[in-house]
Amino acid sequence: MGNLKEIRSSIEEQYKKRMDRPRIVVGLGTCGIAAGGNKVMDAINAEVEKLGLDVDVDFTSCIGMCYAEPVVEMGLPGQASVIYGGVYPDNVSKLIESHLVNKTPVTDMAEIQVTGGAAAYEGIPVMEKSPYYEKQVRSVTSRLGRTNPESIEDYIATGGYAGLEKALSMERQEIVDEVKKSGLRGRGGGGFPTGTKWQFVYDAVGDKKYIVCNADEGDPGAFMDRSVLEGDPHAVMEGMMIAGYAIGADEGVIYCRAEYPLAIRRLNLAIEVAEEMGILGENIMGSGFNFRIRIKAGAGAFVCGEETALLNSIEGKRGMPRVRPPFPAHKGLWQKPTCLNNVETFANIPFIVRNGGDWYASMGTEKSKGSKVFCLTGKINNTGLAEVPMGITLREVVFNIAGGISDGKQFKAVQSGGPSGGCLPAEQLDLPIDYDSLISGGAMMGSGGLVVMDETTCMVDVAKFFLNFTQLESCGKCTPCREGTKRLLEILERICEGKGVPEDIDTLERLAKTIKTSALCALGQTAPNPVLTTLRYFRDEYEAHINDKRCPAGLCSALLTYSIVEDKCVGCGVCIKACPVGAIAGEKKSAHTIDASKCVKCGACVPKCKFDAIVQA
Amino acid sequence: MSTVALTINGQEVTVPKGTRLLDAATGAGFFIPTFCHDENSPNYGGCRICVVEVKGARNLVASCCAEAMNGMVVETESPAVVEARKTILELMLANHPVDCLTCDKAGDCRLQDYAFRYDVKAPALGGERKDYEFDDSNPYINRDMNKCILCAKCVRTCQEAEDRGVISLAYRGFRTKVAPALDASLAESACVSCSRCVSVCPVGALTYKSLSGKTRTWEVEKEEVTCTWCEAGCQFDLLRKNGKAVGVVAKSPGNGRPLCLKGRLGLELKYNDEPMTPMLKKGDEYVEVSWAEALGLDELVEKLK
Repeated sequence: MGNLKEIRSSIEEQYKKRMDRPRIVVGLGTCGIAAGGNKVMDAINAEVEKLGLDVDVDFTSCIGMCYAEPVVEMGLPGQASVIYGGVYPDNVSKLIESHLVNKTPVTDMAEIQVTGGAAAYEGIPVMEKSPYYEKQVRSVTSRLGRTNPESIEDYIATGGYAGLEKALSMERQEIVDEVKKSGLRGRGGGGFPTGTKWQFVYDAVGDKKYIVCNADEGDPGAFMDRSVLEGDPHAVMEGMMIAGYAIGADEGVIYCRAEYPLAIRRLNLAIEVAEEMGILGENIMGSGFNFRIRIKAGAGAFVCGEETALLNSIEGKRGMPRVRPPFPAHKGLWQKPTCLNNVETFANIPFIVRNGGDWYASMGTEKSKGSKVFCLTGKINNTGLAEVPMGITLREVVFNIAGGISDGKQFKAVQSGGPSGGCLPAEQLDLPIDYDSLISGGAMMGSGGLVVMDETTCMVDVAKFFLNFTQLESCGKCTPCREGTKRLLEILERICEGKGVPEDIDTLERLAKTIKTSALCALGQTAPNPVLTTLRYFRDEYEAHINDKRCPAGLCSALLTYSIVEDKCVGCGVCIKACPVGAIAGEKKSAHTIDASKCVKCGACVPKCKFDAIVQA
Repeated sequence: MSTVALTINGQEVTVPKGTRLLDAATGAGFFIPTFCHDENSPNYGGCRICVVEVKGARNLVASCCAEAMNGMVVETESPAVVEARKTILELMLANHPVDCLTCDKAGDCRLQDYAFRYDVKAPALGGERKDYEFDDSNPYINRDMNKCILCAKCVRTCQEAEDRGVISLAYRGFRTKVAPALDASLAESACVSCSRCVSVCPVGALTYKSLSGKTRTWEVEKEEVTCTWCEAGCQFDLLRKNGKAVGVVAKSPGNGRPLCLKGRLGLELKYNDEPMTPMLKKGDEYVEVSWAEALGLDELVEKLK
């Protein structure tokens, strides 16, 4: 293709025409598919055929409302599109009949509506005003759930590759300057200024340079990059191509974890189609710029998300971090200058080039510009993906977007930054979400996972969970991380088993300090953070476990005791049957008792008692 | 050659540009412990025992990797440094048998030396210890992975020699260990018994089978001998106890000095009053062979007859 401009208008026109036809769009991101999206798709196709409807059936990626999956959008010409949640094969025909045949939306199943200039339906929240989206921005996620991720036409019709087109007409340094101006910082967690990194690679001397995209998202509870790759693969590629042009690289590698098969499939497809159209490959759009992209599937090591371990892994070596300096910008892949950014960072680039660095910098705070995608998980009502402007408070995210704590329980903590991050308590809820504030609170931005915990969560247990993770995922190269995380974990296990001693807290802090200051890579240096933040904010819970042999959250089974309240027990014998070890005894119609020496603290008796006579303490 | 000037422990030091902090400090007479640092494969940075404090740096710095820079202010034994080193040693000892009483390496062991220097006693941290089977399957090399501190010097030196690369790090986290392919025993692997690995091991994980239980390290006198089998001229130490030659051990391999079994065996025969029995791998097994066969002299001996 010589000039994208020539065909862009016809692609846009066709897209507009399609948007103005009756249509059904099924959300088929990994979350949608897991919730049964493919079966819903089959049911819709069957129903449309049965009724002989003139309707386009298409699919899209995850719009972010994972809590409402399977999600289906329905639209009629000149009308707002309605996005329904909880659509299953058995309610598909009702929806189609009502919305598409009788032209009446089913309001009780509707999550939101997207008006796109058309009149809104009564009784359905408009997307921008809905509780879930009101505080969000849709920039890097703007195509997610709105376009077909396997269609390059959808991408182009929604402004895709316009950034690359513009970049190819700019001076290379100008592009780097624009990224600097945007204030964009690395979205993988470290928060290093992207423009500065690009300048390093631009300035680095070398006959060959590489672009590497880190798509090895591994934090528990994080799926931002997967969502972007599955929903907008071309944007990531376009960002890489712009970076390649700017810094003088002709080759890009996407290091994507093999556990993301859908993302890899859609990326491969995107690469293939872009090459066919002359957007990727030799002499791109007649500019003389060559760029190739290939995918390297990771084999499942968390540490390969660390940039130097990732480079080793691409080179076929064991995924272990290298000493920095030299930084990848100077000696990266195959010892050549390498620009290494994460998925979300690259996906932001086309928007920044198209709209200008100033536009991007108008969002966010003084030192953290733009928007950030977060994954909301844990004990909240609305689990999902949310893009928010930097500087929004944790409270707004947890209580407005995520809809507060589920089952009417109390908020206890929010974990940010994955295994490298920390747990922030209620008194930190008004902390603005930006790189520096989160670090001052003891946590970190990380890649964007937010795990919300309620009153039933034991914070020692949480620290134990994360240390178990980092211990298993430590690459084993450096002593503090390999040996130190193991000892931290063992102490936490002991405390949870009621075998903690008062000195344990000192030992935890002493080990944590050495690991933090002397480990080789960021994975090791940040591994103690879950212990340090829980000690900082929830020290009383540690003390209760150690000194009183009590778990305040009632979670550590070794510390629980079960007893029967005599006044409440009617002697029905149900608990006796429920007990797997015969620890409960008693005559019929007289109060039963639990033999603590036999009780294995499984808790099986508690829900069986209809009279709430069994108490756990 | 351009130079850089820095301050180490309050002393002005000037070194050529590109000098590592470790070399700058030791050159100025300061002590820095190292386990994983190997001049032949530098910049590994794994053991972290060589960390020093550099003013303005966020964390402690591995001096075996960091380059000396103009104006740097370095402390090699500050309280933070000492605390980190002690903790690292404590962590190593917590996962080590600490059986110095009977260890062949006692007296020539860095772990022992540094524990003494930093006054780190028997493990204060309890918990799980690695528990691997002792591998004495190879007739020349004993491998006790329970004593390994995972400095990976053996891995790197093995990979440097052409056609070797027999051992590598395997597994992750606490389970990380040095292993031949498929975590087999050394005898089952493609190991050629060159002993490069033994020569670089800073602890008692890799030792010579022929010397096991025979000598204490402080009882022997060493004499450097050079192998004349090929042009590489590898160096070995001839060990004498009470004036009697008891064995020949490899010195660290240098550039272009690969070390090989034949070289060591030849020197054994030449110098040792009671040389070991030569064994060669035939098929899957090591079998006893004549000296002529071990040294590849069969044909020659035949002609001399």
